[in-house]
Amino acid sequence: MAWVKISPDAIDSNVVEGKLDRDGCGATVCFTGTVRNRSRGRRVHHLDYETYLPLATTELNRVVLEAESRFDVRAAVQHRIGKLLPGQVSLYVAVASPHRSAAFESCYWIMEAVKTSVPVWKRESHDDGVDWIEGNDSVPAVGNRPIP
Amino acid sequence: MITVTVLLFAHHADIAGSTRLDLQLPNGSSAVGCAAAIQQKWPALGDLLRTSRVAVGEQFTDTSIALKDGDEVAFIPPVSGG
Repeated sequence: MAWVKISPDAIDSNVVEGKLDRDGCGATVCFTGTVRNRSRGRRVHHLDYETYLPLATTELNRVVLEAESRFDVRAAVQHRIGKLLPGQVSLYVAVASPHRSAAFESCYWIMEAVKTSVPVWKRESHDDGVDWIEGNDSVPAVGNRPIP
Repeated sequence: MITVTVLLFAHHADIAGSTRLDLQLPNGSSAVGCAAAIQQKWPALGDLLRTSRVAVGEQFTDTSIALKDGDEVAFIPPVSGG
């Protein structure tokens, strides 16, 4: 049964993995996404993650349900938003499956889907200023508005 | 006329100086018309909004559907989660 959470709460990997129904499963694959300390050759001070929470939750749930159906796995995903420092965990994906190949493949598939379809954006504060990261582009931020 | 609430994110919101705008539009307007109205006030946003995905009522939707009075219209820039 799909489980997703998007919130400013710190991510506890044990809690996320605990949401998986592992009955009949012999493989669990987990992905931990952390904030890099360098990006595009610049030292990163912190990231601010913005989201459109209702749509992001719906979309993330859709992604996880599709992965569960497509790969015959059980999956749980938590995305952190708000201000994060280098080294802090921004995303955790846990997938359980009867066999390892489906667990690896679906975990990667979920990651790719999150990065292309779930409405979350990162604003990167670095040595040279502040940029929004939008898709593959980096766009200078205007002002420094608070991210809720 | 109808009144819709527009939601903006990331650097789109920076350009407008707000994440929420209330707009009055002619009956039958679509998200494309909504983008054109916003472009009149913030020219730099026009092309950006026209190439964005659109959500109405917290669901992704086609940009050509007619908006209704009270709709919440979100323009979604390319995402960068993870």
